Amino acid sequence: MLSRTAEHLFWMGRYIERADATARLVEMGRRMAMLPGASGEWRSVARASGAAGELGDDPKATADAIILRLLIEGENRSSIRSCMVQARANGRAIRTAITQDMWEALNDNWRKLESVTASQALTDLPSLLDWVRQRSAAFRGATETGLLRNDGFIFLRLGELIERTEMTLRLLDVKYYVLLPETDVVGGGRDFHQWTAVLRALSAQRAYHHVYRGDYTPWGIAEFLILNKIFPRSANFCYRSISAALDELAMDYGERHDCHDIADQMVERLSETDIQTLFQSGLHEFITNAVRTTNRLASEIAKAYYF
Amino acid sequence: MFDEMNAPDGGYRAPYERIAAWLAESGEGMLSQRQAEAEALFRRIGITFSVYGEGGDPERLIPFDLIPRVFGASEWRRVSQGVRQRARALNAFLWDVYHRGEILKAGVIPEALVYQNEAFLPEMVGFDPPGKVYSHVVGVDIVRTDATEFQVLEDNCRTPSGVSYMLENREIMMRMFPQLFAQAAIESIDEYPSMLKRTLQEVAPPACKGEPTIVVMTPGPLNSAYYEHSFLADLMGVELVEASDLFVADGRVWMRTTRGPQRVDVIYRRIDDAYIDPLSFRPDSLLGVQGLFSVYRAGGVTLCSAPGAGVADDKAIYIFVPEMIRFYLGEEPILKNVPTWRCAIDEEREHVLSKLEELVVKRVHGSGGYGMLIGPSASKKEIAAFRKKIIAHPDEYVAQPTLDLSTAPILAEGGIESRHVDFRPFCLVGKEVRLTPGGLTRVALTKGSLVVNSSQGGGVKDTWVLSD
Repeated sequence: MLSRTAEHLFWMGRYIERADATARLVEMGRRMAMLPGASGEWRSVARASGAAGELGDDPKATADAIILRLLIEGENRSSIRSCMVQARANGRAIRTAITQDMWEALNDNWRKLESVTASQALTDLPSLLDWVRQRSAAFRGATETGLLRNDGFIFLRLGELIERTEMTLRLLDVKYYVLLPETDVVGGGRDFHQWTAVLRALSAQRAYHHVYRGDYTPWGIAEFLILNKIFPRSANFCYRSISAALDELAMDYGERHDCHDIADQMVERLSETDIQTLFQSGLHEFITNAVRTTNRLASEIAKAYYF
Repeated sequence: MFDEMNAPDGGYRAPYERIAAWLAESGEGMLSQRQAEAEALFRRIGITFSVYGEGGDPERLIPFDLIPRVFGASEWRRVSQGVRQRARALNAFLWDVYHRGEILKAGVIPEALVYQNEAFLPEMVGFDPPGKVYSHVVGVDIVRTDATEFQVLEDNCRTPSGVSYMLENREIMMRMFPQLFAQAAIESIDEYPSMLKRTLQEVAPPACKGEPTIVVMTPGPLNSAYYEHSFLADLMGVELVEASDLFVADGRVWMRTTRGPQRVDVIYRRIDDAYIDPLSFRPDSLLGVQGLFSVYRAGGVTLCSAPGAGVADDKAIYIFVPEMIRFYLGEEPILKNVPTWRCAIDEEREHVLSKLEELVVKRVHGSGGYGMLIGPSASKKEIAAFRKKIIAHPDEYVAQPTLDLSTAPILAEGGIESRHVDFRPFCLVGKEVRLTPGGLTRVALTKGSLVVNSSQGGGVKDTWVLSD
């Protein structure tokens, strides 16, 4: 396939995933901010998104300003609207590589978000966030059931997985770095809600219960989001899927590249370590490194397949 | 005025009997509702058309009218033969002017019109494109003025667009009114994409051994016909490339793929000559593929249409197409030309200037309905302005009588009304000449208007050819 096509598919996957993740992030902020005594939550959200950094550092930044930045601002390349616009532009540039259903999903997203005003966005926030998640799901569904399982599918999937890995790591980092509690066990009230908000943002609350059947602990949650092998948004699960997808490409193309090694090493690392070790050597450092590795992986994939 | 549906005796013309019954059964209320559904469907699928230089919505929809335009079997036979004949003659003309120029030597066409034509490419002289084909897709714009008379308005030999609308209009109609198709015997147009692919395969370059790799080349998503480019690539199952995807090495053309370079044999290009290759045509252009033209000349790749094919379709050459048909094919033209006066010739210009309020004046190299004067509907001021332009640059203008184009029924706001239509079939030329039974019917949506161009508020319709 054309390298340009692969590149567009890769980024389409990333943008859709990013729109979805950003909606989840805003949802998390909304829940945290509803609690009595809430103050810096929106700023942590801004920092976590990585796209509204300076608002995160500005004590005067209002919740509305942060929400609008993440939702509809055109200058923010990672706002939900920008992501949808770019995903559609990716799709439009490679109409032949995606199915009619996928295109219609992209096109519908664009048409609705194009006309949303700031005041509408703020008034209808909960339903707008739900809508974004549903649309991303519709796109994934159309992909899952309609797209040929060839290399194009793999590039799309790699984009999604890389973005998803990064978002899980970022969310976790915010909670740890900004809101880390003093005590071992998650305290009551606010702290409890902040933790559950992280899980909820990743649609992981129920899943966590199924796996741990007990209290929320910082290690439990960190372990679940980083090391768990069956939760589809955990870093470990994402990396295993990335590695499997890259293996498929290597089989198909008969050639392995640096990106394969990077992914394999990361999988190995995530399989061998345990959460105690990660905490001892510094979770924040681990997360920072993992985000960096993921970025390097993305650029090595682009290099290996000429885009 | 000739109407496609209503016969002068108050009844319906035979090809429209089924349509008339359908309109009566359905009622206007239901039809209006379906019309809105059709529009929503088009928008959802993303069939849009942007117009150069008009601003506004970059992804405007071409209005679709759901009452089909119908050709009876015998009417179609005539049109079809006429179009094929024209496509053959135009290609013969192109081969001739880039070789010995027999038709010029014989004095049938003035040399200056060809050799001084902007679209004439001296770089093409002496070169034999595969199969001697220059224009692989010929779009012929046809109007009807009475029951028997079809006339050609202009030829499009470069990269005529609109065929995706032909296919999608049919698709939408079949989706919305399946019972209508079950009852009427309508020729299928599905085969167009595979016919196009076969045509392109037939003109593979000499250097290509085995199955040729075909690509469609587009200027990119911002081009007004981008939807069509991607649609055709998709239906043929070939890659849609932009110039940046291609490069030249070792005397061949390659595309950048995830597996490394892959060779390309036939390029159905939907970009203008000027943007093919900056080395040969436009040194200032960043567009195009460096060295592409020299690979083409050396037989390493085929460009469809051939560079320089535009010399056959400008409005000054158009005048001579009937002569070409006699000269190269030894046949009488089946389709007539519209009488045309060239402002470059003194007597003809005098005639034009004295009758400006009756005539249609067009630019010789223009297209898309821009820079045109329609005398009967123009203001005194517009006419005066055009008069000055013609006197200043007589070579650039031709004039034609205002034709009484046939009308066909459309669903207007006030119910079913008549509007002027034209028709563009798409003739394919490879080793064989192929023509799908159908084409694009354009309709002037404004009451009384004669301008059908989609860039000027025209709409489109499905076109039916009835089988015997």
